[in-house]
Amino acid sequence: MSVADAAPVQSGKAQSAAAEAIHVENLHKKFGQLHVLKGVSLSARDGEVVAIIGGSGSGKSTLLRCINCLENPTSGVIRVNGEEIKLKADSHGHTVPADRRQIERIRSRLGMVFQNFNLWSHMTLIENVIEVPVHVLGVKRDEAIAQAEKLLARVGLAEKRDVYPAFLSGGQQQRAAIARALAINPRVMLFDEPTSALDPELVGEVLKVIGDLAREGRTMVLVTHEMKFAREVATHVVYLYNGLVEEEGPPEQLFGAPKSERLKQFLRNVG
Amino acid sequence: MPAEATAINMAARASIWLKPHRIVLILIALALVLCAAFFMRWDWLPQYWEMGLMGIWRALWILAVTCALGFALAVPLGLAQAGGPIWFSAPAKVFCTVIRGTPLLLQLWLLYYGLGSIFPQYPWIRESWLWPYLRQAWPYAVVALTFSFAGYEGEVMRGAFAGVPRGQLEAARAFGMSRWKIFRRIWLPQAFYRALPTLTGETVLQLKSTPLVATISVIDIFAVSSKVRQDTYLTYEPLLLLALIYMTITGILVFVFSRIEARIPVKIG
Repeated sequence: MSVADAAPVQSGKAQSAAAEAIHVENLHKKFGQLHVLKGVSLSARDGEVVAIIGGSGSGKSTLLRCINCLENPTSGVIRVNGEEIKLKADSHGHTVPADRRQIERIRSRLGMVFQNFNLWSHMTLIENVIEVPVHVLGVKRDEAIAQAEKLLARVGLAEKRDVYPAFLSGGQQQRAAIARALAINPRVMLFDEPTSALDPELVGEVLKVIGDLAREGRTMVLVTHEMKFAREVATHVVYLYNGLVEEEGPPEQLFGAPKSERLKQFLRNVG
Repeated sequence: MPAEATAINMAARASIWLKPHRIVLILIALALVLCAAFFMRWDWLPQYWEMGLMGIWRALWILAVTCALGFALAVPLGLAQAGGPIWFSAPAKVFCTVIRGTPLLLQLWLLYYGLGSIFPQYPWIRESWLWPYLRQAWPYAVVALTFSFAGYEGEVMRGAFAGVPRGQLEAARAFGMSRWKIFRRIWLPQAFYRALPTLTGETVLQLKSTPLVATISVIDIFAVSSKVRQDTYLTYEPLLLLALIYMTITGILVFVFSRIEARIPVKIG
């Protein structure tokens, strides 16, 4: 399916002219008996920052991880840059990506940042950052190193290029993980609770880097517990409750004048 | 100037190292060596040293080849047990259990006296290109020692593969790496670093398993020392020299592995 076909969904928004980078439709996810996502739809256009909020167990991380099939959705449609991820049922009846090459290609254009950083512990920072460009995307090594040095400098870790992740603070590791995700020149950045595993005093440095990315117009989908931050950087906020989208809209509306009782309750609890 | 500086440096280092207790120990060791040299019989050495060198060489290449092949076999054995489907993991588990549960000497004899006596009964085996090898003893020694190393190290690799945190592999998946690339770039290196300290011990144990090949007529250094004993009726001299040789090889192995370990990025996982 082409980008043009995917465009006219969800009109009436400021960026309606921009192409749709992420499109999720009627997504279901079951873990055995547990029905985590019960038909969620989500859309992120180029340049948009979509923040997904919700209580624990609401399915927000699962939703994000379904976008690049780290979790295989039970049913539903996922389109990345207008290309629909082909799914099929395996011999156990689980839904899995039908085309391994397709899913690998799509994943290599989605920069994922994890809650626990997941930097490769046997590689230095610079090796972490050039790994995917060199070994997946086929960039020449010296070009990749030059770009990686710029990215590390950008997140304030230029002098740590030859250090192993274990020697860095959580905040430094997460900033390096963001550099690693940026190194693939991603169409969309996916953030899975990027500050939840950090000590409170380290949250700020990471949020600043993410905020800068948002302001320069990078397309992002962000699962977060930082409501203040979501309100500042997001262009669109989605509130998940119990596997369904309870309410969504621009941040001023969701945080300023929430309609749903559950969202009001949620905001009172976290605020 | 630089020569002078190094001389001073070496003198300083020697004075730090030469503590009284160390000097006493060195003197005792010297005395022991001198006693052995003067009060024991070493006149057989000139006659056997060539054979001895051949024996050392044979023990060393058997060690190197079986460790290398054994490790190559241990990787799929460990992988199959750590994350393979049942029809891979079950045979791998059976293999490791059988190998670890039976004496190496028994395996060696089963192969050499068992299989080795069955093969000649089939004309097509005798006519095949493999026959010149199958009628010798060393291929059976290599196979038995390789299986033994693979059995023990396969179990170690299973733990090492299973011990690599899920997030490490998930990150590789999330960035579009293929299964093979994840294995080669992330999973195997991290598992190998985890297994390396154990690998040192297994290699030293393997060295000390090599004398068993003498029981199937492979002339390694152990067999040479037995021959010296039979020819000259000397008991202690060849055995003491043998002990010294094994200790030296062990020392070199431990040193080499510690150098490799020192290069590992610390604090994996």
